[in-house]
Amino acid sequence: MPPANTSHPDPLLALRGVGKTFPNGVRALAGLDLEVRPGEFLALLGPSGCGKSTALRIIAGLSEPTEGAVEWPHAATQAQSESRIGFVFQEPTLMPWANVFNNVVLPLKLRGASAETAAARAKAVLDRVGLQTFSRAYPRELSGGMRMRVSIARALVTEPQLLLLDEPFAALDEITRFKLNDDLLRMWQALRTTIVFVTHSVFESVYLSSRVVVMAARPGRVFTEVAVDAPYPRDQDFRTSPEYAAFCRRASEALAHAMAAGGGEP
Amino acid sequence: MKDFWPFSAHSRESGNPVSGKAPEPGSPLARGRAETRNRDRVLRVALPIAVLALGLAVWELVVRIENIPPYVLPAPGLVLRTLFADWALLSQSLLVTLITTFEGFLLAAIGGVGLAVLFNQSRLVEYSLYPYAVILQVTPVVAVAPLLLIYLPQHAAVLACAWIVAFFPVLANTTLGLNSVDRNLADLFSLYGASRGQVLWRLKLPSALPYILGGLRIAGGLSLIGAVVAEIAAGSAGAGSGLAYRIAESGYRLNIPRMFAALLLLSLAGIAIFYLLSLINYLALRRWHESALAAES
Repeated sequence: MPPANTSHPDPLLALRGVGKTFPNGVRALAGLDLEVRPGEFLALLGPSGCGKSTALRIIAGLSEPTEGAVEWPHAATQAQSESRIGFVFQEPTLMPWANVFNNVVLPLKLRGASAETAAARAKAVLDRVGLQTFSRAYPRELSGGMRMRVSIARALVTEPQLLLLDEPFAALDEITRFKLNDDLLRMWQALRTTIVFVTHSVFESVYLSSRVVVMAARPGRVFTEVAVDAPYPRDQDFRTSPEYAAFCRRASEALAHAMAAGGGEP
Repeated sequence: MKDFWPFSAHSRESGNPVSGKAPEPGSPLARGRAETRNRDRVLRVALPIAVLALGLAVWELVVRIENIPPYVLPAPGLVLRTLFADWALLSQSLLVTLITTFEGFLLAAIGGVGLAVLFNQSRLVEYSLYPYAVILQVTPVVAVAPLLLIYLPQHAAVLACAWIVAFFPVLANTTLGLNSVDRNLADLFSLYGASRGQVLWRLKLPSALPYILGGLRIAGGLSLIGAVVAEIAAGSAGAGSGLAYRIAESGYRLNIPRMFAALLLLSLAGIAIFYLLSLINYLALRRWHESALAAES
């Protein structure tokens, strides 16, 4: 399958020839070219070890590329653009000693927002994820799905331009995952933000995204991409439609080819 | 009381042998299990008391039957009577020892946490000072106390001893805690551009709190030991008025019942310190830390 790396005239950010070699000599990424378009829901799909998480950390500025560069055409500085990123980790990564409210206002507190602004924003974002009545609860008192909602609320509280999610629902049961998938889609449409979503689930990537970028491993690189041009809003009907099944088949085949090329495990 | 009982981790396992789904409240099974738990709780208090009573009875009996003179081994009844008779003197000494212990503990807490934070912020300071912290810890304080008494005023020397024994567990535990921060949380703080101060205050210190409290629990007992050692050393130099000094002095005068009474007070003080710190530990962590959570919640 040929690489279908179509260039967008006006990307939000672009990774150009990005490579990452860790100090122990492991080459996680090499020659990674990726454009993220404004407002899109982009899924990064690939076998474990293909460097999807590394790519996400490089976009967030948590890790520096050893080759190539990350370009933000519209931002004056890279620091300025990185300040408008929200990040959701694989684990909820909440502070166990702080209640839900204090976890959610953390990004605003770290940036010195006033207590009033922070409280108002936190309340709004907790309403959005359906946890308004739990603001005094501690993380350990919540279910796994609710903790992940808190984590998403915390990422949204700064009203980010770009939301990065690193396999956020991998540890959840299927019922909770489907519910959170739907909620995430609703929030994305309401907030008109840009999302990059890392996953190793073909079904999840197709259900959520408008574009699935399939990566190959050893070293991590973009193998091909599958456009999922089904209209939003998507719901249970889409999940059971033949159209969805056809997209899943295509993404699945692309993934199989990527694995044959890279030799990774699913 | 139950929740900060130091042995509750064991009783939780042994007292609840039927694992799996919790039965409906009010069902025969649940009632049976609640009864088992209650009986277990009663046994846990009643058995040590029974052992104590038995031990005291045997002690009292042996002293009476064998007619052992009090300057060799006083009977428990006599020890208790001495405690009341000498209460004015002994309570004064208890207060002196407790104040020294508390001051030493406070200095150990401040010094231990402060040094750990300093080490955490500056590698150079850590490399320069850590070996000496270890040396202070491994040198027996009994051997250091007489030297300190030469160079320092007596009160300062006693405090220094209490500090030397008690600060290291706080330092070691706090260091461990400060280095045990969740990596993703650290990434999150750096993503939002947190300053060093914010990372320390909002991330590292709260993460380290359970470790700090664990260190303080050890330090409480150790500062009492440090105070006692220093008092005994100072006592042999002919000064002092704390409980340990009373023990040494009573020994010279062959007032053995008073020795026992003072020793009893020291033990009770140690137990009180331990439970007080356990209570603080429980109150500070009960909302979030695994170590302080009840089994069922």
